[in-house]
Amino acid sequence: MKQNRPVNLDIGTIKLPITSYVSILHRVSGVILFAAVALFLLALDASLASAESFAALKSTLASPVWQFVIWASLSALGYHLVLGLRHLVMDFGVGETLEGGLVSAKIAAVIAVVVIAAIAGWVFAW
Amino acid sequence: MVTSVTSFGRSGLSDWLLQRITATIMTAYLIFIVAYFGFNDVDYASWKALNAGLPMKMFSLLTVLSIAIHSWIGMWGVLTDYVTVRLMGAKATALRMVFQLGVIAVSLLYVVWAIDVLWGI
Repeated sequence: MKQNRPVNLDIGTIKLPITSYVSILHRVSGVILFAAVALFLLALDASLASAESFAALKSTLASPVWQFVIWASLSALGYHLVLGLRHLVMDFGVGETLEGGLVSAKIAAVIAVVVIAAIAGWVFAW
Repeated sequence: MVTSVTSFGRSGLSDWLLQRITATIMTAYLIFIVAYFGFNDVDYASWKALNAGLPMKMFSLLTVLSIAIHSWIGMWGVLTDYVTVRLMGAKATALRMVFQLGVIAVSLLYVVWAIDVLWGI
């Protein structure tokens, strides 16, 4: 394959629609989650190893830094889930038009913000 | 038909379907865990008892397997879009191979780690 084919679409010069931003964030949140799985497994391990490690995990996660890390990780999960559900809805033929995609992107973004706020309310209160 | 040697199912349609099946399994697990924490006052004894049962171990392992497959497919999509010769030059293919093999290795490690945790209860 020719390696230096001309590229006529320079994405950096184009004003992107909301559908692009929610899609890019879906990817970003997915990459974050791939790393966050290690944290979730660490927590699962600590929560099940012994009563002492369970208690230690509980007090560790109550520190502000870890609260933030857990909030950020769960927010990535919440966002990724909401935007993933948008894909599943589209797979059933709902909102596949240009207009429908713009509307569902806005709805999903609003739901994601609510979910992320709810996670903050839960995590920062424990 | 163009096939890829580093995608999970070697076919786009297979990866597309697996991405949705694994997403559904992970969502089911998440709903269960959120509901469990929502309706119970969880302490070590009850949490351990829940996770010690074989059905829950299988559900958890199925979820971790789904995570591994889902991230393999998802990271493949991201890497083959951005770590490309067009965007990064001639070294991109070798670099992408390193990243992709890294993703596959970490995914498998997550599965082994989860088995170790779950069957060590």
